[in-house]
Amino acid sequence: MNKPLRRVAIFCGILVLALLVRVNWVQFVQGDKLKTHTDNRRVLVERYAHPRGDIIVDGKAITGSVEAKSGDLKYKRTYKDGPMWAPVTGFASQVYGATQLENLNDGILTGTDDRLFFDRTLSLFTNEEKKGGNVVTTLNGDAQRAAYSGLKGKKGAVAALDPKTGKILALASTPSYDPSKIAGMGDGEEWKKLDKKVNPDDISLNRALRQTYPPGSTFKVVTAAAALEHGLINDIDTPTKTPLPWIMPGTTTPLKNEGTIPCEDATPRVALRWSCNTVFGKLGSDLGADKMKETAEKFGFNSEQFTPVRSNASVWPKKLNPSETALSSIGQFNTAATPLQMAMVTAAIANDGKLMTPYMVDKLTDPNLDVVKQTDPVEMSQPLSGDNAQKLQQMMETVVKEGTGTRAQIDGVTVGGKTGTAQHGVNNEGNPYAWFISYAKTDKGSPVAVAVVVEDSEAARGDISGGGLAAPIAKSVMKAVLDRAK
Amino acid sequence: MSVVTNTTTIGAIEAPSRRNTELILLAFAVIIPVFAYANVGLAKDGTLPTGMLGYGVGLTLLAGITHLMMRKFAKYADPLMLPIATLLNGLGLVFIWRLDQEPSLGKAMAPNQLMWSTVGVALFLAVLLVLKDHRVLQRYTYISMVVALVLLILPMFFPGVNGAKIWISIPGVGSLQPGEFAKIIIAIFFAGYLMVKRDALALASRRFMGMYLPRGRDLGPILAIWALSLMILIFETDLGTSLLFFGLFVIMLYVATERTSWVVFGLTLSAAGAVGVASFASHVQTRVHNWLNPLELASNGGVTETAQAMFSFGSGGLFGSGLGQGYSKFILGIAPKSDYILATVGEELGLTGLMAIILLYGLLIERGIRTALAARDPFGKLLAIGLSGAFALQVFVVAGGVTGLIPLTGMTMPFLAQGGSSVIANWALVAILLRISDTARRPAPAPAPSPDAEMTQVVRP
Repeated sequence: MNKPLRRVAIFCGILVLALLVRVNWVQFVQGDKLKTHTDNRRVLVERYAHPRGDIIVDGKAITGSVEAKSGDLKYKRTYKDGPMWAPVTGFASQVYGATQLENLNDGILTGTDDRLFFDRTLSLFTNEEKKGGNVVTTLNGDAQRAAYSGLKGKKGAVAALDPKTGKILALASTPSYDPSKIAGMGDGEEWKKLDKKVNPDDISLNRALRQTYPPGSTFKVVTAAAALEHGLINDIDTPTKTPLPWIMPGTTTPLKNEGTIPCEDATPRVALRWSCNTVFGKLGSDLGADKMKETAEKFGFNSEQFTPVRSNASVWPKKLNPSETALSSIGQFNTAATPLQMAMVTAAIANDGKLMTPYMVDKLTDPNLDVVKQTDPVEMSQPLSGDNAQKLQQMMETVVKEGTGTRAQIDGVTVGGKTGTAQHGVNNEGNPYAWFISYAKTDKGSPVAVAVVVEDSEAARGDISGGGLAAPIAKSVMKAVLDRAK
Repeated sequence: MSVVTNTTTIGAIEAPSRRNTELILLAFAVIIPVFAYANVGLAKDGTLPTGMLGYGVGLTLLAGITHLMMRKFAKYADPLMLPIATLLNGLGLVFIWRLDQEPSLGKAMAPNQLMWSTVGVALFLAVLLVLKDHRVLQRYTYISMVVALVLLILPMFFPGVNGAKIWISIPGVGSLQPGEFAKIIIAIFFAGYLMVKRDALALASRRFMGMYLPRGRDLGPILAIWALSLMILIFETDLGTSLLFFGLFVIMLYVATERTSWVVFGLTLSAAGAVGVASFASHVQTRVHNWLNPLELASNGGVTETAQAMFSFGSGGLFGSGLGQGYSKFILGIAPKSDYILATVGEELGLTGLMAIILLYGLLIERGIRTALAARDPFGKLLAIGLSGAFALQVFVVAGGVTGLIPLTGMTMPFLAQGGSSVIANWALVAILLRISDTARRPAPAPAPSPDAEMTQVVRP
């Protein structure tokens, strides 16, 4: 009977061998895949086992971590002034994942990023608790506070930039939400409130980066820049020979101005001061859609910006007939811009024509605040020459000095700006959006450019509403930056 | 004169009993779980567990007593089996205690398991004491058959637990899994039956297409067993046990008759049966579906037990998270402390630890088969291979099921998993194997001095 016994022994050996091969397959070959599988709860547990690194503004953390009292996910994210900073930080939730800076720098914040390898190894030896690195932002707390409190009770957004570097100084969006409330487990009710279907206010929408609005009259500065750059106008005080009424090419419809304003044959300076639709509509259609498109795209239209948080692409429409070009050139028809985009336009003009890539992460650090990565300012493009930029600055400064933007005046500081009231909705029946873009200038150049949009302007229709609603907010943001600089 | 030329005194030099080897291995088998126990306590609470001393002393006592009894009653038995069984049982206790530390996994099971292990060791000793010679078991061939059948059919009259009707509950004692005991008893029946019928089965057959087909009257028992195992599967929804019994029968039949045709025949029948049952039994289809899609989410969107086990193995990686530092609590389903205990082993001891455990089982199986080879009587051979084969199949079916090699069937990992019947039955199984190996390795009694040998010394004039 020994021969079959030996065969059975071999058979049993094969069974054991098969088990050994299988566990090697599962634990070694497939190990990493299973270990990092999204359904594997250990991934979450590990992720929240250590305090998350912080997002820092002005040297102070605007985020924090608290130890949860129950459950297996130890640390929960907290936010200081959550609603105010939400458009910058996004959220990091134990249930719903992370967004924006929290998401983009997740590796640094959780400490798993390869660039923190040395630090991790060190803490292994020193037996210190593992902690994530930090994200140091370019934001200016005072400017952000000014923007957020200015928008309070309204629906709208503010984007402010440092024109010389492209640093984002303020990024506010209202109404907002508190990311602290959805950071932990069992916050389902709060999470539902972020759903647009439940809450039409759409509080989780980052209006400063992700919402495009018709830019209205603020877009006239882009049209002016295009006209200057393409040599259609050379002197800002020479009449533009614009008739009134001006019939849009290819139609019998006259382009209307808001109210009775001195637009006939106005100079570019006067036209911008009074926000003449006829002058800029004609400039745009005389230039043609292609030249307008070229300049608009140099300002950043038609492409997404990565700050590193992605912004939606602002739109200069692709196909336009001359009358549509005229409408687009005054920021109507299908032209659309994010607040960030209009801040970029303003910043490029204030920075003598040079557009810097906007960014909001100054540096990434390890837990001990040693720099892991420093962001350097990068020039994005030069939409207009220095001379032309200065001409445009003069025009915008006139707007604030004696035009529609007088409410943005700051004592002892040169301010340039442009109001806008963008009509939207079917037959323009929606409440118009109030826009204001501006920059402040001192003898050391311009430290701030800002774009403000207020959606639900209940004020009377007319150019003045941009100046009335949005300009004071822009002013307080500029003032906050100027005060800090002193 | 050299020893080689002394051909007259074979066996006079006493064969090594290997009891000292066993003692040293037993010391390891006690020390390792005690350290593991301390490790869990330190990892979970930062202190040594309170029951540490009692646990250590208890395990030492159990091992010591069994060893002394082995010296007295089974002097020549295999030295590896007892230490391996002790080590696996000890580690099993540590893992169950470790899982007891997770309140979400239900009430503490370790104290009960310790009690059942003690009963198991007591039964082990009882078998060694009572069963002086394994051949006595031959007398009970047909009684064994009746007992095994009763044990197998009994659970049908009790309510099923978690879908499988494999339990009988005795008031005051708790529930028992008679299948575990039936495994041993049916091996005794097969060994006795086949020893008598092996020649008839092997020789009285017709040759057909190069294969020896058995006669109908000899075919009867195999068909009966096949039908029985299918019945178990259908009525008790117990895939594992039916597979185990059928496999056991085919192995023993093959060894007894030395006819490959029986194996082919057996495999064909079992394949036909499996496909037949799988085509209409929904729980079998579910198991197969889970096996093919281990990571698929459950219908309620949750992570399935199968997936949780896979994640445990994957997260354990090469070296594991360390005892007590894994997340076995995620395996919330039916049996984290019994069927799925290997997942905890895989996560906390890693690939290395799991391979070591599998190799321990492999070694135990190999020692069992070796015993079968060494046994001098056909009944002992058949019984030893039956018991080792059943053990091997059980280990393969459980470990293969949990690691996703084959569809999952509900059975317990011998010694390691929580379960009273299992641990008691397996201690008895090891006792019988040790008894057979003791008989096999016992040196033949020294022959009486041969007068002829002395005659050669006489110098005749």
